[in-house]
Order: sequence, then structure tokens, then C-alpha cells
Amino acid sequence: MRNLFKSREMLLVGAIVVLLIIISTRFPTFVAPSNLAHVFNDTSPLILLAIGQMIVILTKCIDLSVAANLALTGMVVAMINVVAPGVPVVVILFTAIGLGTLLGMFNGVLVWKLGIPPIVVTLGTMTIFRGLIFLLSDGKWVNSHEMSPAFKAFPRAEFLGLPTLSWIAILAVIVFTVVMTRTTLGRAFYAAGGNPHAATYAGIDVGKTQFWAFSISGALAGLTGYLWVSRYAVAYVDIAGGFELDVVAACVIGGVSIMGGIGSVGGALLGALFLGVIKNALPVVNISPFWQLAISGCAIIVAVALNAQANRAKGRIILKRAEHAP
Amino acid sequence: MSTSNRVIPDRLQSPLERRLKSWESLLLLVAIGIFIANSFATPYFLNAWNLSDATFNFTEKAMIAFAMALLIIAGEIDLSVASIIALASTAMGAAVQFGVDTPGLVLIGLMVGVICGAFNGVLVTGFGLPSIVVTIGTMSLFRGISYIVLGDQAFRGYPADFAFFGQGYVFWVISFELVLFALIAVIYGVLLHMTNFGRAVYAIGNNPTGALFSGIRVGRVKFILFVLTGLMSGVAAICLTSRLGSTRPSIAFGWELEIVTMVVLGGISILGGSGSIPGVVIAAFVMGLVTFGLGLLNVPGIVMSIVIGALLISVIALPELWSRWSR
Repeated sequence: MRNLFKSREMLLVGAIVVLLIIISTRFPTFVAPSNLAHVFNDTSPLILLAIGQMIVILTKCIDLSVAANLALTGMVVAMINVVAPGVPVVVILFTAIGLGTLLGMFNGVLVWKLGIPPIVVTLGTMTIFRGLIFLLSDGKWVNSHEMSPAFKAFPRAEFLGLPTLSWIAILAVIVFTVVMTRTTLGRAFYAAGGNPHAATYAGIDVGKTQFWAFSISGALAGLTGYLWVSRYAVAYVDIAGGFELDVVAACVIGGVSIMGGIGSVGGALLGALFLGVIKNALPVVNISPFWQLAISGCAIIVAVALNAQANRAKGRIILKRAEHAP
Repeated sequence: MSTSNRVIPDRLQSPLERRLKSWESLLLLVAIGIFIANSFATPYFLNAWNLSDATFNFTEKAMIAFAMALLIIAGEIDLSVASIIALASTAMGAAVQFGVDTPGLVLIGLMVGVICGAFNGVLVTGFGLPSIVVTIGTMSLFRGISYIVLGDQAFRGYPADFAFFGQGYVFWVISFELVLFALIAVIYGVLLHMTNFGRAVYAIGNNPTGALFSGIRVGRVKFILFVLTGLMSGVAAICLTSRLGSTRPSIAFGWELEIVTMVVLGGISILGGSGSIPGVVIAAFVMGLVTFGLGLLNVPGIVMSIVIGALLISVIALPELWSRWSR
């Protein structure tokens, strides 16, 4: 099992490297360090959300409300900034994380306490969050000139050659790698999704673990909400519309099993980077950006097929054979 | 406790019959309540033509919802339906440019639907992949092909008689779409509730392994369900394209979630194994009435989505809370 993980991540690293080599043969500037840093920075929001989504999927759940959470939190902090431009960025940052966590907890409570299937809960909260943005903003945009310079400068501020946005993504990857591999909570996420019954007997409260997964996903979505709004310097109802599917796609491509219990932060990171490289490479190699959707669709299907092969090693072969018997 | 219950779906088996019966009557009460509230709230509501217009809010979505209901009962899901509409519509639009006539267009729309459904079916049953991820993938793929073909352009110039499917009336205010909707509802009702195939669908949703060992060809049944869902998406694509008279790659964007909402609101368990077609019919009317009534009151569409979202969560949460309190 351990080896399969390794090979899956190596496979992805290989795929990304091959992709970069092919592009570089015709467009060497694409692999220049500054451009790669730009690609990474552009992919950072996806990486942050994919880490949260990975944890949720590990526990056999799914969070379709991440993009709506991001948009709602982004709108709230943008409006706070318009009303009170003097509020320091640190406060804004914690407000975003706090609000995102609360929204995530709302999902978590519905799943944990009422036992409603996660896909139904987050489908519902997705539309509710989007609607709330409209009620809050009255359908109006918060534009660049209304935001304070400090609010907009934060994700762009460079530190050791990389923007803060990239550093936050790197920090999140490190923190959550440690959490997932070195803490009881991290192991509980794997146990709750890998075998809920065994986890219950081992003293893990599966529902509560799922609640924490949703809270973390919400916190990361909230954080990304502020970063997104300040980076693009605009907030409106439909920002990041449909982005939740990109996030799930990044996880699936990164080898996270939708059945729960299998996945890693590194996988989510690589899945997001794979999509990010494709997205940024298409305009460079002069393919219409309209191809992006179909290409990521194919990538998802291929990735699921590969995931299924990894799962098959678990051994339900008898059943499979019976299914195909005439 | 609640977690171990959630894993075993057949816990609901025996009280389910009773609860389902009350579920549909509850939903019917909600529908009547909304109807009465609407007719008091605005004078424009109780008008035959306005009500007839209102049915277009749900007929196309409901056609797919019936097939989706069977799929969800069997424990699978298809999130690519809206993208199949886009692809089928694009194919019909492209055919128009080559001068294909109306029967040809209908055939192309249905064929694309069936092919897309079969593609999903092969991936899920042939390769044993989880349907939720597969159809998220094909959702991007199908609509992606539409974008590749159309980009930011649109197909127009459908033949005049093609307009009948989405704009024609069979009798007075009864539109062709409404008749088709009723017909499809009856067909799916009979298929699910009165045939061996329908029993097999429930059996698969409740216990796939048990169904397999009872001699049900699980893979084949699921494959047929995916093809049916694709076919219904093709039918909806014909109606929608005919009604709009043009095709853009963003056509029917986000419908998959509304359709799933409709199915779940209709009392079909997202975990599979339970639910009924009459429930989905009433849910279709509830959603259509809510959107239409709020529309007459000048409530923006995005606010309606709050109502729909809250409705979705509360109709599932309330029976759960109620059963907990009554215990």
C-alpha cells in the first residue's frame, strides 16, 4: 500500500515534469524560474482549498460549498474594508479565517449531529452562501478603488522573492503534512474514512472527526477568500463560481480516494499543481483556453481509473469476478 | 451511534413505507400551501397563461430528474447531465449548419444523449469507478467539447418547425413540454413501481452484494440507468434548445445541482434504496411554484436559491429532528 502511494505521487511528479519539458522545447521562457514561481502563485488558492477538501474526502465526506464559502468570506472582509479602511490586515485575516471556520462548522454540525449526507448538506449551503452574498452586497461589486492599499498589498508583498500568497500555500502544505502524519487528529481522519466501524471501536468519534474536517476545510476556504478578493482586487457574487469542482478534481488527480481513507497533502498539492500548469500553459502554447475544461475532464477520468487500480489491490476481487460472470 | 446507523441503509426499511407515504403528503401540503400563498401574494398568479408559463421552470429539469431518481435509488449519481444537454445542443446546432431537418435534429439530440450516458455507464460499471467522480470528470469533458466547438460563439438558425418542442401548445394552455413531462412521469412511475426492473433498482440500492447474489445483473441494470439518464438529458436538450432557439456552451449551466435538489426534495434517499416517482413529481411542482411565485414578487433569482437550499436541508433535517424529539 505504502509503495503504491509513493508510486502515485512519483507518477504525478513525472507527469508534471514531462509536461514542463514538452512545453519548454517550444517555449523555453515558460520554465524560467520567475514564470514557474508565477504559476505556483497562481495555483496557490487551489492548493489551499485542495488541502482542506482532501481532509474532508478522507473522512468519506465531500465539501461542495468551499467556493461559495470563499466568495462569502471574501465579500464580508471586502465590505469590512470599505466601511472601516483602518482595520489592520492581521484583523482582516483572522476575521476571514474565523468566518470561514464558522461556515465550515455549520456544514460539520449538520453532518455530525443530524446525520444528513454531506453531499446534500454542502449542496444546500453552497446555494445559501451564494444567496447570502447577494443579500449582503445587494448584488453590487466591491471594486479595486474602494479597497484600502494595505488590504490589496498583503498577498502581493514579496518575501525572499516569493509573494505572501505563495508563502501561505507553502506554510499550509508544511503545517498540514505535520498534522496529517504526526498528530492523533490527523490519524483519526484516515481511520474515520478508511474503516468507520473499526475507528468507532478504536475510540474515535467518526462524526466529530468529520466535523473537524469540515471546520478545517472552512477555515482554509475563508483564508483563501480574503487572499482571492485582495489579489484580484474585486468582490462580487459569482467569484470562484464552479471552483469547487476544480478543487475536487485536484484531489482526485492527486490520488485521494473518493471512498475515503486514502490520500495525502503531497498528493493534493501535486494534483493542484498539475491543473495549474495546464491552465497556465494553454495560452502560452497557443491553444484556446476553451480546451482547458475538456482537458481537465480527461485528466480527472484518467486519475480516477488509476485510483481505482490502487484500491483494487485491497482485495474485493472475488466480488468483481462474480459480477462479470455470465 | 448515529454514524454506525448511517452506514447501514436498510435500517430504514420497515418504517420507511409509512414515512414515505407521509413524506409525499407532507410535500403535497407544502405545494398547496405555496400555491395558496402565491395566489394571495400577487394578483398575476391565478392566470392560466401565467401558470402555463410557470411550468417551463421545471418540465425540462424534471424529465432528467425522473431518470436521475432511479439512478440515485440504485446508489449511483450522474452530475454530467447538464453538460450532456450542452453537448447534445451543440451537436444539433452544428447539424443545423449542414442543413439537417427537424427529425434529423431530434435523432442527433437523442443519440448524443445515449452515447454520453453509455460512456458514463461503461466507466462506472465496466471499470468499477465511483460514479460521483467519473461524472464530475465527464461533466467537464462534455461541456469542454462544447466550448472547443463553440468558444464564445452561438449556433442559431434552427428550422421553424423545430420550435414546436419547446414553444408549442397541444391544447389551449397545455404545452407540449407539459404533456411530455406527464408522459415521462407515468413511464418512469410504471417502470420503477410496477416492473421487475424497478424492484431490481431498489434491491441494488439497498444491498448491491445481496442483489448480485440474488441473480440481479447489477452492472447491466446500472448501465441501463446511465443510458436512460443520458437519453433524458437528450430529450431535455431538444426541448431547451427549441425553447431558446439558440445554443451557447454555457446552456443549462448548474442544472445538475438543481436536478439533484429536486430528486432529494422528492424524498429519494441520497444513500440509495428508497424513494418514489410521485414524490419527484410533487417536488418538481414545489420548486416550479416557489421560483415562479418569488419571480412574480420580483425576488431576484439568487435569493430564490437561498430558499431552495434551505428547503433542501430543512426537509431532510426536520424528519430527523422530529424522530429524535418524539423518541
